[in-house]
Amino acid sequence: MSYFRAENLSLHFGGLKAVDAVSFAVEKGEILSIIGPNGAGKSSIFNLISRIYRPTSGRIFFEDQDITEQPPYDIAKLGIARTFQNIELFENATVLSNLLVGRHRHSTTQLWQELLFLPSVRANEKLHRRRVEQVIEFLDLEPYRDKLISGLPYGVRKVIELARALCSEPKLILLDEPSSGLNVEETDDMSFWIRDMKSELGVTVLMVEHDMSLVNRVSDRVIALNYGRVLAMGSPAEVQQHPDVVAAYLGA
Amino acid sequence: MRFLFKTDYEDEIKLFPHSGYVVSYGILLALLLIAPYVLSSYLMSQLVFVCIYATVGVALLILTGFTGQASLGHAAFLAIGAYTAAYLQKYNVPFPAYFLAAGLLTGIIGAMVGFPALRLTGIYLVIATISFALIVEEILARWESVTNGNEGMRVKTLSLLGVAVPRDSPTFYYLCLAVLVLTIVGTLNLLRSPTGRAFVAIRDSETAARSMGVNVALYKVKSFAISAAITGFAGVLFAHKLSFISPEMFTLQLSIEFIIVILIGGTFSLHGAVLGAIFIVMIDPFLTYLKDDMPGIIAGISATFGASPATAGNIQSNVAAFASLNGLKGAIYGIIIVLFVLFEPLGLYGRWLKIKLFFQLFPLYKRATFKRQKIYVKSERNR
Repeated sequence: MSYFRAENLSLHFGGLKAVDAVSFAVEKGEILSIIGPNGAGKSSIFNLISRIYRPTSGRIFFEDQDITEQPPYDIAKLGIARTFQNIELFENATVLSNLLVGRHRHSTTQLWQELLFLPSVRANEKLHRRRVEQVIEFLDLEPYRDKLISGLPYGVRKVIELARALCSEPKLILLDEPSSGLNVEETDDMSFWIRDMKSELGVTVLMVEHDMSLVNRVSDRVIALNYGRVLAMGSPAEVQQHPDVVAAYLGA
Repeated sequence: MRFLFKTDYEDEIKLFPHSGYVVSYGILLALLLIAPYVLSSYLMSQLVFVCIYATVGVALLILTGFTGQASLGHAAFLAIGAYTAAYLQKYNVPFPAYFLAAGLLTGIIGAMVGFPALRLTGIYLVIATISFALIVEEILARWESVTNGNEGMRVKTLSLLGVAVPRDSPTFYYLCLAVLVLTIVGTLNLLRSPTGRAFVAIRDSETAARSMGVNVALYKVKSFAISAAITGFAGVLFAHKLSFISPEMFTLQLSIEFIIVILIGGTFSLHGAVLGAIFIVMIDPFLTYLKDDMPGIIAGISATFGASPATAGNIQSNVAAFASLNGLKGAIYGIIIVLFVLFEPLGLYGRWLKIKLFFQLFPLYKRATFKRQKIYVKSERNR
């Protein structure tokens, strides 16, 4: 049984088939990239997995559990974290409190305990802080710890989003265009971090990406989509040479 | 300028970042404790109102400032707290019991208002809370068997552990102060724990909060319930302070006053609630003073500039008529809100931070330090 599986996943907006009977599986510990031209349905698949959209049909399984009907906040509790293409950070909060929100799925304290700030809450907070600090160190975010998001450059925000997702200690992480808007150097850093996430933290990665050099460097397998359908699946080299993929990108 | 070197995670968590805060808040608390023995009874009465308004302000900050859910219905929550106290008093329920009951009932009603509010955002939520407030006002006026209708209800003198606590006694003031301080400490505790962070997360991006595992609906309802419950507690004190309550005291204008409290104080910090409360409580006597004295002053000035006694008298009566127009107070409040939103969006507390920074950095203060940045990457956000 695969670790994560989508079966005949479809999303229709009226007559438009954004995602059309897509099936794929992710094995534990691999990095799987989804590529495809604009409007191919890549981000829609992510939004289906994190339940921002409800699939028209099809099922999603994670660790042999059907998660198609789970409410969105439960998806994170199961250990699936994600980043967004256009960055969804908490603008008016510091980097630290953004990352602490990532710890939300590990918070066990009750409201009344928090009102009194009992020792258990304090101990929990310290644990959260320690974990957040590990992520900060992992992604070299030390200079920005106490800065407000609204004053930070785009490239840094992108990394902070990744950090927030990592703070939840996910088993599976969904990266929606991790390199969009980054310069060459930042993209390099990103590719190292994605590799390290897999090897050091044991996170399984599913990512949508346009930058083919990044895809080639990090992916174990690649899926190519167009018009909501799977064109090809396999190693990065195989997929890039697939005639349908070439046609989709360059025109027949 | 002071530089803080953090050596422990505890440094991030504690309420007072450094000893300077302990000293200044300690002095403030000491001053507040000796206030009844120093200030006139009129100022003491105003100070009690400041405490009550500030408590409501903190409640509103939790909901509007930190969770991002606007509410123009807090006068209704205050009314529910006040009427619960007045009603239970009739059956000789002791103060601690009806105090808690008022908070609990208001909290439950707040949660019930929170449910329909889950699907509403921005201006629509404001309309929904206004309608809630109007409904409550109407119920208070019509449900005569419980609320005594428009005739209002008399609130008996507070009795705490068998001792009578008149509304102008120092003990009553200490009680209000204690409620305010406990509310502030509780709120600060909340804000440094997961629930508070979830509130702020919902304010800034619901999509991101959801994808981080925050049950947005649950936390919105929680925020409504907490905010309403605190307002209910304040309502009990409000009823005792006024010793008489009737539906026309809890109108939309009172809700707007609460919004002014946090808008003028500053919506990003609890300091704002207290500063805003001082402002709103003190502007009323100031306006009364203007209303009483301005016509005479203006007539005097016009007389000095050569107006005949008849014209001056005419001016005086015209200005006096204008000053006692219905709704003038509301208009002044409206102008104040507009001016603050335009020129001081961070409120009085924001102004204080700017002044503080000016002296800390003197002579290197940069005017752009607090300038709001325009953000251009917000185009396609998931809602």
